[in-house]
Amino acid sequence: MARSFSVRRQRGFTTIAMVCFAALYLPIAVLVFYSFNAGESLASFDGMSLRWFEKAFQNQQVIDASLRSLQIASIAAVIATIAATMAALATTRTEPYRGLTMKYAFINQPLMIPEIVTAVALLIFFARIKIWTGYSGLGYLVAAHTAFCIPFAYLPIRARLENMDLTLEKAAADLYATPWNAFRYVTLPLLWPGILAGFMLAFVISLDDVVITEFVKSAGQDTLPTYMLGQIRRSITPEMNAISTLFLGLSICVVIVFFVVNRNRA
Amino acid sequence: MTDAVATVETEKTRDIRKRWLLSLPALLIILAAASGPLLIVVAYSFLTPGPYGDVVWQPSLDGWINVFLEKDIFDDTLSLASAHISIFVRSVVLSLVTTVLTLAIGFPTAYFIATRRETTRELWLLLITIPFWTNLLIRTFAILEIIRNEGLINGLLLRAGLIAKPLQMLFTDGAILTGMVYVYLPLMVLPLYASMEKLDFRLVEAGYDLYATPFKVLRRIIIPLVKPGIIAGSILVFIPALGAYVTPSILGGGKNLMLGNLIELQFGQGRNWPLGSALSIALMLIVMVALLFYVRNAGSQGSRQHG
Amino acid sequence: MKRMTSTIALAAALLASASFAHAEGELNIYNWGNYTSPEMIKKFEDTYKVKVTITDYDSNDTALAKVRQGGSGFDMVVPSQNYIPIWISEGLLLETDPGKMENFKNVAKEWANPDFDPGRKYTVPWAMGIVGTVVNTDVYKGDINTWGIIFDTPDELKGKVNVVPEMTDVIDAAVLYNGGKKCTGDLAILKKVRDTLVKAKPNWVAMEYGTIEKMGSGDFAASSDWNGSAFRQRLKNPAIKFGYPKEGFVDWSDNLSVLKDAKNVENAKLFQNFMMDPENAGMNSGFHRYANGIAGSDKFMPADMKGAPEINVPAEFASVGVPSMTCPPDVQALYTKIWTELQK
Repeated sequence: MARSFSVRRQRGFTTIAMVCFAALYLPIAVLVFYSFNAGESLASFDGMSLRWFEKAFQNQQVIDASLRSLQIASIAAVIATIAATMAALATTRTEPYRGLTMKYAFINQPLMIPEIVTAVALLIFFARIKIWTGYSGLGYLVAAHTAFCIPFAYLPIRARLENMDLTLEKAAADLYATPWNAFRYVTLPLLWPGILAGFMLAFVISLDDVVITEFVKSAGQDTLPTYMLGQIRRSITPEMNAISTLFLGLSICVVIVFFVVNRNRA
Repeated sequence: MTDAVATVETEKTRDIRKRWLLSLPALLIILAAASGPLLIVVAYSFLTPGPYGDVVWQPSLDGWINVFLEKDIFDDTLSLASAHISIFVRSVVLSLVTTVLTLAIGFPTAYFIATRRETTRELWLLLITIPFWTNLLIRTFAILEIIRNEGLINGLLLRAGLIAKPLQMLFTDGAILTGMVYVYLPLMVLPLYASMEKLDFRLVEAGYDLYATPFKVLRRIIIPLVKPGIIAGSILVFIPALGAYVTPSILGGGKNLMLGNLIELQFGQGRNWPLGSALSIALMLIVMVALLFYVRNAGSQGSRQHG
Repeated sequence: MKRMTSTIALAAALLASASFAHAEGELNIYNWGNYTSPEMIKKFEDTYKVKVTITDYDSNDTALAKVRQGGSGFDMVVPSQNYIPIWISEGLLLETDPGKMENFKNVAKEWANPDFDPGRKYTVPWAMGIVGTVVNTDVYKGDINTWGIIFDTPDELKGKVNVVPEMTDVIDAAVLYNGGKKCTGDLAILKKVRDTLVKAKPNWVAMEYGTIEKMGSGDFAASSDWNGSAFRQRLKNPAIKFGYPKEGFVDWSDNLSVLKDAKNVENAKLFQNFMMDPENAGMNSGFHRYANGIAGSDKFMPADMKGAPEINVPAEFASVGVPSMTCPPDVQALYTKIWTELQK
C-alpha cells in the first residue's frame, strides 16, 4: 500500500521546530550585532565599529579568563563523559540489584542541590587540602566541574542506552566476541549519539558555571563567567558581546572541523 | 545439575561486581568533589552561626527549626515560616511551568532532528547546541535587549504602527519564563533526541497500518517509546530550574526571592550559614524523594520491555 | 577509538599546561570587579618588575568567606570599611603600617586616622563613595535630595523606580528616613522600617544592579545608586542628576590591605605605598570614577571628574553623611529577616 505521507511526519512538528531554531538564534543575532556597535550602550545602535573587539584583545584579564574557561571545560567534559558512560552501562538494562537505586541517586546528586551550597562545601573542603598540600592549581576547579558535569552527561547516555536493542550484543557474544570487543564494535557505535549529546551538554554546563567556580577559584583563576559577574555590578559594555561573538566564531569553526572529520568516519 | 545452577549464580554475581567496577570512577569523582563535601554542609546545619558569617562549633538545632518555623520579628509569635514557604512555592511553580514548556517546544524539535537524514542529523544537533556555547549572562542580556521597552520587538511593533506605546514585557513573569525556557531548552532536547534517534519507525508504520491517526500514533506509540528521554529531559530541566535565580533576577527585576537567592542570602549578607545549610539539605531531601518516586514509577515500565 | 586516545592526550596536555609559570616577582590582588585601572597596574609592573594578577569578587561576604578558609593564594584584598574591623579581629590582615610609609603624607587629613583602622596600621584608601538617589530630571522636576523618591514615590516616578538590592544600603536608607540611627536595634523604628519598605515596594519596577544601562535607556527613571555610577549616567544624559538624601546617607570606602598569609609581602607593601601617590590614585580614579582619599590626586584625574557634583559633596550636605560601619550580629539578623519578608 503506497502512502501519501511519510510515517515520520507529525502535524505541526516541523513548524514548531523551525520557529524554535529561529527563536534560538534571534538573541544570538542581536548579541553579535551589538558587538559591532560603535556606541557604548546596549540600548541604541550608533554605527558599526570594531572597537570592542580591539578592546577585548587588549584586555589581558579577559583573554586569560576565556582560555581558562575553555581549558577547564574541555578536560572536565571529557572525564565526565567517560565516567558517565561507564556509570550508565553499569546502571541500565538490568534487573534492579542491591544498591542500584542508591547509585542512581548518588550520580544525580550534584544536580539536586543549589550551587551555592556545593560551592561553600567545596570551598571549605578544598581549602583544607590546599593548606595541607600547598597545591593550588586548576586541579580543584577541574575536579569540581567534572563532578557536576557527570549527571548532565549521564542522563542522555542512559536514555539512549535504555532504548538499545540487547540482541545485537548477544549476537556479538554468540560470535565469540570478547566483552571488550563487543563493547567497542557494537555498543559504542550504537551509543555514540548519546555520548555525543552527553559530552556537549557537559561542556556547555562547565563553560557557564559561575557560582561554584567563584568560590573554588584561587588567585589568578578567574573564568569568563566569574569575570563577567564582577563586571555586572559596574557596567556591561559591548566588550562582553565582542568576546561572546569571538567564542561563537570559535565554536562554529570547531563544529565545521568536527563535521568534516565525522563524515569520513561512517 | 547443581553445577549449572552454581554457574548461573556466579555469573550473576560477576555481572554485579562488573557493574560496580564500571560505576566506580563516576562515584569516586562525585564523592570527592560534590557529595562528600556535603557532609560538611550537613554538619554545619547543626551548628551555631558565627558573628560575622561562618560557624561556631557549638551544636544547635536553630538552623533546622528556622527552616520551618519563624518568630515574628516584632511580637515574637511562633508560626510557620510563611516567607520560606511562599518562596519555595514560587520556585517550584516556575520550574514546573518551565519543564512543561520546554517539553512542549523541545519534543517537536528533537523529533524533527531525529527524523532528518542520517548525514544531516548531527549537523542539526550541533546547530541547536551552538547558541549555548555563548555565556549564560550574555544570552540573558540578549533576550533583555529584545523584549525591553526600547528593544527589538517593541521597536518593530511601534514602527509598523501596531501599537501606540511600548508593551511592558520586561520585568514580567512572561519574561522570566521566556528566559528560563531559552536557557534550559538544550537540556530537554538533547536527551529527547538521544532517545528518539533510536526509534524504530516500523512500529510507527504498524500503527498506521492499523488505521491509527497521526495523533494516536504519537500518543500510543512514539511517546511511550521515548519515555526514558522524556524523564531524563524533565529531570535535567526541573531540578536546575528549581535552584535558578540569575535569569529570574535579570529578566524579572529581582523583586522577589527565588530559592537560590534565599539560600545565597544566608551565606552572604544574612550571615546565617546553619540556616542556609539546613535549607539546602531540606531542599535536597525533598527533591531526592520526588525524583526516586518519579523514576521508579515512570522508568520501570521502560526496563520491562527489553530483556 | 583512536580519536578518543588523541582527545585524552590533548586533555592531558592542557592539564599539564595549567600549572603556572613562575615570574620574577609576583603580586596577587583580590579586588572588586572592574575596579582597578589596567594602565595603573602596568605602570606598577614596569616600575617594580612584578607580575600582577587580579582576581575578582562581587561581594564583601564572598571575599571574607574565601579568605577565611585559607589557601587561596591572595596577597592583597580591598574590603569595605564596615568589614575592616571584622578582618582585623579575625587576624586575617597583616600589620604593614601604611601610616609610616613614605607616601602616607599624601593621604587626606580626614582619612588619615579613621575609626575602622586607627593610625592606618593595615589599610590604604582605594576608593570612596556614597549611596544616594539618582533621578532623571526630565521625568521628575521636584526635590531629588530625599529618600522619599524611593520610599514615598511621587506619581510621575511610580512604576519606574529601581532599588539596588544591597540589603545593608536599603535598610540603612529606610532607617535614616524614619529618623533612626544606623545599625539601630530599636524595634519600634525597625517596625516602621519594615512597613515603609513593604508599602513602597509596589511602586518599584525592579531591584537590580544594571542602573547605568537602564537609566540611560529609560527603563528606569529613578533609582537608589552609588555616586560614581550616577556620574557615569550623567555623562550620557545630562538630565540625570544625583541626589544627596537630606535624611541622611551613608559614606563608604574600600581599603587596600595585605593578607596575613600573603606570600609576596614586600611587593604588597610596595603596592600600598604606590597607591598613596597622588598620580597613581588619580589614574585609578579616572578608571573607576570614584573619589580616592589621596590629597592632590585631582590634578591627575580626567577633566570631567573635577568639580563634578557627584564626587564632591556639596557643603550643605557635608554633615548629613553617616560613615558605614558593621552592625552587631543580632541587629544584622533582624535586618535579614526584614529583607526576606520584603522579598518573599
